[in-house]
Amino acid sequence: MAVTSIDTGMAERSNARGLRSDERLERWRLFGLSSPALLIVLVILLIPTGWLFFVSFIGADGSYSLENYERMITRRSYARIFQTTFQVSLLTTGLCILIGYPLAYFMSQLPTRWANLCLITVLLPFWTSLLVRTYAWLVLLQRQGLVNEWGMTLGLWQEPLRLVHNMNGTLIGMVHIMLPFLILPVYGGMRAIDRDYLKAAANLGASPARAFWTVFFPLSTPGLFAGALMVFILCLGFFVTPAILGGGRVILVSMQIVSNIELFVNWGAASALGVVLLVLTMMVLWIASRFVRLEQMTGGGAR
Amino acid sequence: MSDVKQDALPITVRGVTKTYGKVFALDDVSLDVRSGEFLTLLGPSGSGKTTLLMVLAGFTRPDRGSLKFGETEMIRKPPHLRDLGMVFQNYALFPHMTVAGNVGYPLKLRGVSKTEMASRVERALETVQLGGYGDRGIEQLSGGQKQRVALARSIVFEPRILLMDEPLSALDKKLRDRMQIELRHLHEKLGMTTVYVTHDQREALTMSDRIAVVNHGRIMQLATPQELYEQPANKFVADFIGDSTFLEVTRQGDTYVAAGVPLRTNRKIPDTRDLLLMLRPERVSLLEGDPGEANVFDATVSELVYQGESFLLYARLQDGTELSVRGAMRAGTFQTLPSLGDPVKLTLDPADTVLIEGGEG
Repeated sequence: MAVTSIDTGMAERSNARGLRSDERLERWRLFGLSSPALLIVLVILLIPTGWLFFVSFIGADGSYSLENYERMITRRSYARIFQTTFQVSLLTTGLCILIGYPLAYFMSQLPTRWANLCLITVLLPFWTSLLVRTYAWLVLLQRQGLVNEWGMTLGLWQEPLRLVHNMNGTLIGMVHIMLPFLILPVYGGMRAIDRDYLKAAANLGASPARAFWTVFFPLSTPGLFAGALMVFILCLGFFVTPAILGGGRVILVSMQIVSNIELFVNWGAASALGVVLLVLTMMVLWIASRFVRLEQMTGGGAR
Repeated sequence: MSDVKQDALPITVRGVTKTYGKVFALDDVSLDVRSGEFLTLLGPSGSGKTTLLMVLAGFTRPDRGSLKFGETEMIRKPPHLRDLGMVFQNYALFPHMTVAGNVGYPLKLRGVSKTEMASRVERALETVQLGGYGDRGIEQLSGGQKQRVALARSIVFEPRILLMDEPLSALDKKLRDRMQIELRHLHEKLGMTTVYVTHDQREALTMSDRIAVVNHGRIMQLATPQELYEQPANKFVADFIGDSTFLEVTRQGDTYVAAGVPLRTNRKIPDTRDLLLMLRPERVSLLEGDPGEANVFDATVSELVYQGESFLLYARLQDGTELSVRGAMRAGTFQTLPSLGDPVKLTLDPADTVLIEGGEG
């Protein structure tokens, strides 16, 4: 009797050791799986960002200096650029919400098959080159472009409208490019709203409009917030479309970075702008995180 | 939510039909729910019971038919003007509102003042034994509590009709059993006409004044629980409610014969050629001593199952039909039972010879 109990005791101990080492091994295997991604993050994200910070503190004479940041504070043009950037980003986000929310709502009410078809048409621009889409707008919106020609033929306006190389063009292009980034999370969030909530609201006496504003809309706000935040942040650093459609009249931070490098070959100034933009973006995210859980940006959904 | 019974409304359904493509979800259904009655729609999934409930609530538009609450035609009224309470299967509590927000929602829509709302919400919560839970979030509640909140929300505006769509199906068995009794008491207290949907026959038997058994979009039988169990109208109802085996009955002159045994019966015999004898396991017994007036079937034991409070014995008749016998278990009972392969005599009291129409009815 005593002998067997010693035996089982030993077996239990060696089992426990084995189980512990199994668990360690499993953890290492998981880590091994993620190591390529971790390596990439390290090489192409952390090192360059660190380098960016470093360069931003190098003055024109090659020594350590704060002149790149001082310039941003002293020169009024920089303040204007940041102001324009935020203004354009806010307007684009606002317009995306105005256009995208109703569309997402419409799609969420369709049977899944039709909704998927609509989703493809929303996603289609994603699969076309950004440059192509931007230049297409340039062609459409110019003085003798299709839009102006049709507008005047139909008698909607007499003189060609200035639709491009200004704020109008920038916004039209940016809204078009950004729309899917808003629609997808909003739509996802709306799909996740159980239809029984609306039935319950109706059953309890809410008219369709009342049910929408008291139940559906509040439940869709996490998705809306996630989409709006995504669009806003992407707009802050957007370059190609505003550069082409703004025609040099709408100068955003990203464009100033490019001209710092291309025109003035001032890497320090460009890096400092990049750092400030990064910090501002982080701040926006931080403020947003106080209101909503950021997981919802990737997950969507009403919960 | 006064303790005085409010005037309930009767529901009159006439000729309601709903098709999806070529499938009849509801096939010319007519039904009278008496005022203040607890009526259960019982049927398997896809039988049309939920569709019928959704027609009552206004969420499903039937192809034709008439629906009256009291004297008022309701069939084209949108759901938000029907003024009836409903408990959804998944409760459908608004996750962005507190418990009080949910329960107060219908009152807010009806323009009830803030102070009155607060007291009515609290009273409704007390009715479902959740007094003081108003500030909780929905996610903080257990399944049983959610169910109670859903119930409070559906009765707080004192509707005269209450609909429930399998409200207990998400709860575990113990809680479900308790809630069945509670719902029953609540119904007695509030007295509103209640239509309850379930696929659980025991739940239906426990709670209902009357049960409508639904299958293939039609009402197979509408009767009290006792009638339904004791005298099912057809094979489907007999099969769906309780356990049963069926023996074909042939007529030889004036006597009816089942499995070679001439039946002694004192029950009503349906006037049809296609007769079945329904055998409930708890109504069949193992012969001990003198059978007296009982019908006796010879069989051999094919399976014996120990089930704690009872035993279940399967026995094969000469013609191959397998019957089951259920008996109460006391200490030592199991040891006295015959073993596999033993010949046994099964008895059926003449009062328990339930004869029903064959076919699906």
